[in-house]
Amino acid sequence: MRAKLVIQDVKKSFTSGGGTLPVVGGFSLTVDQGEFVAIVGPSGCGKSTLMNIIAGFEQPDSGTILVDGAVRGGPNSKGIMISQHGSVFPWLTVRQNVVFGLNEGDEMSKCAVADHYLAVVGLKGFERSYPHELSGGMLKRLEFARALAVRPGTIYMDEPFSGLDALASMLMRGELLRILAEERHTVLLITHDVEEAIHLADRILVLAPRPTVVQASFDVPFKHPRKLSSHDAQSLKENVLRELGLN
Amino acid sequence: MEKLKQVLCPLSVMALLLAVWSAATPKSESGIFPAPLQVVAGVVELVQDGTLWGHIGASLARVGVGFCMALACAIPLGLWMGRQHIVYVTLNPVMQVFRPISPIAWIPLAILWFGVGNASPVFLIFIAAVFPLILQTAAAVQTIDPRYLRAGANFGVSRGKLLRQVIIPAVLPEIIVGMRISLGVAWLVVVAAEMIALRSGLGYLIMDSRNAGNRYDLVVAAMIIIGLIGLLLDVATRRLERLKSVRWRYRTWQVAGSKVAKESLRDQRRGLVAGLQGEAGR
Repeated sequence: MRAKLVIQDVKKSFTSGGGTLPVVGGFSLTVDQGEFVAIVGPSGCGKSTLMNIIAGFEQPDSGTILVDGAVRGGPNSKGIMISQHGSVFPWLTVRQNVVFGLNEGDEMSKCAVADHYLAVVGLKGFERSYPHELSGGMLKRLEFARALAVRPGTIYMDEPFSGLDALASMLMRGELLRILAEERHTVLLITHDVEEAIHLADRILVLAPRPTVVQASFDVPFKHPRKLSSHDAQSLKENVLRELGLN
Repeated sequence: MEKLKQVLCPLSVMALLLAVWSAATPKSESGIFPAPLQVVAGVVELVQDGTLWGHIGASLARVGVGFCMALACAIPLGLWMGRQHIVYVTLNPVMQVFRPISPIAWIPLAILWFGVGNASPVFLIFIAAVFPLILQTAAAVQTIDPRYLRAGANFGVSRGKLLRQVIIPAVLPEIIVGMRISLGVAWLVVVAAEMIALRSGLGYLIMDSRNAGNRYDLVVAAMIIIGLIGLLLDVATRRLERLKSVRWRYRTWQVAGSKVAKESLRDQRRGLVAGLQGEAGR
């Protein structure tokens, strides 16, 4: 498999009030095409900053990021970010939100693409609704539909389910796996939920507290659908938690 | 029951005011100040001789032209100031100086520049409406939630599409609030401006009724009509707030408040967990 994403020795620090605060301190990672990598780390360890840099919203102080072998410039539709608070436009209908990301083709074909992906995420029948008429879980589905519709190749997720209650979050994880089984995308997931990472990812990286570096890496060799209560999954969870300083 | 209360309570206050007014007028023995029934008769007189509609039409037309000119200038300028920091830094101080000058203070200059025709009140309405609209629009653009702008950048949309589908809809609710406020001010100003020298309009009607034989019944009649039209203008702009594409802003305020509270609670909790993890790590 060829590398989708190559991140080499990325560093970033912020200056505030005269002092410099190193946030990301030499982060390297290679992600294969179609691989699902979860990144877990303690709160405030610079995970979100790291993700913003990888997705192109912020520039690193040093280091390089290659996407499909080319140096990453600003953000573009080849890598869509889905964050905790969501960015569905409340002034557009569900369908208009998905059409928004589509920059090519006529209106008819855009609507057809939008309706297809709305059906994929289970929002058929809500095309004309406004976001404030949807539940939190449905908003997440819409966010996924909008991202998938542009066929991004890579999806960056920054704690995408942490705004949902436990049940809705479990449901959305299952939905995400179902969708990814249909259309394989490379996924980078940031989470503070170790079980979520074990449920979804092919590989789990544990980050050290600030400045962020990779502290440990675990492969998740289990086949889908995964049983989190299995002995192997539980012992993996314990190993990850131990790396996070919990046992 | 609640609804009945909401109608009955304000109605009873109005009835009380009318009662005090009719009781007090004969006692004051002023001879000039009109009783409520004389005012009603005055309105009937204005309707019958047909002059009322002309005055109302003239005032509304001046407000309409001046206000539309203000909108046409203020919204593009406000968007530009909101998007480009250097434009904001350059123009904001000037705006802040002009804004607190009462439009009434411009009357002498308006007469000097535009004479006593229609152009003067239109100019005054423009002055009254344009500064609050510009500043409201610029502030609204600056406070657009960055996640929406980021989403626009992420999907690689063109500048035109970003403006049409993200920036303008995001600030539209604030612009509508700004329109309500400035239209109210414009209505205040037109009446004052028409008192100067014009031959039509509700402000002229007030001054003319007083000058032409102390017709205070017509003065009070015109005042009440001004109040009612102002109310109607406000109700009309308020209806804009019910448009589906702006309702998200007004109706989620309360919900958003409780959501924010919940989230900050969760952040606190997460901080606590991180603290415990730190302890355990040592």
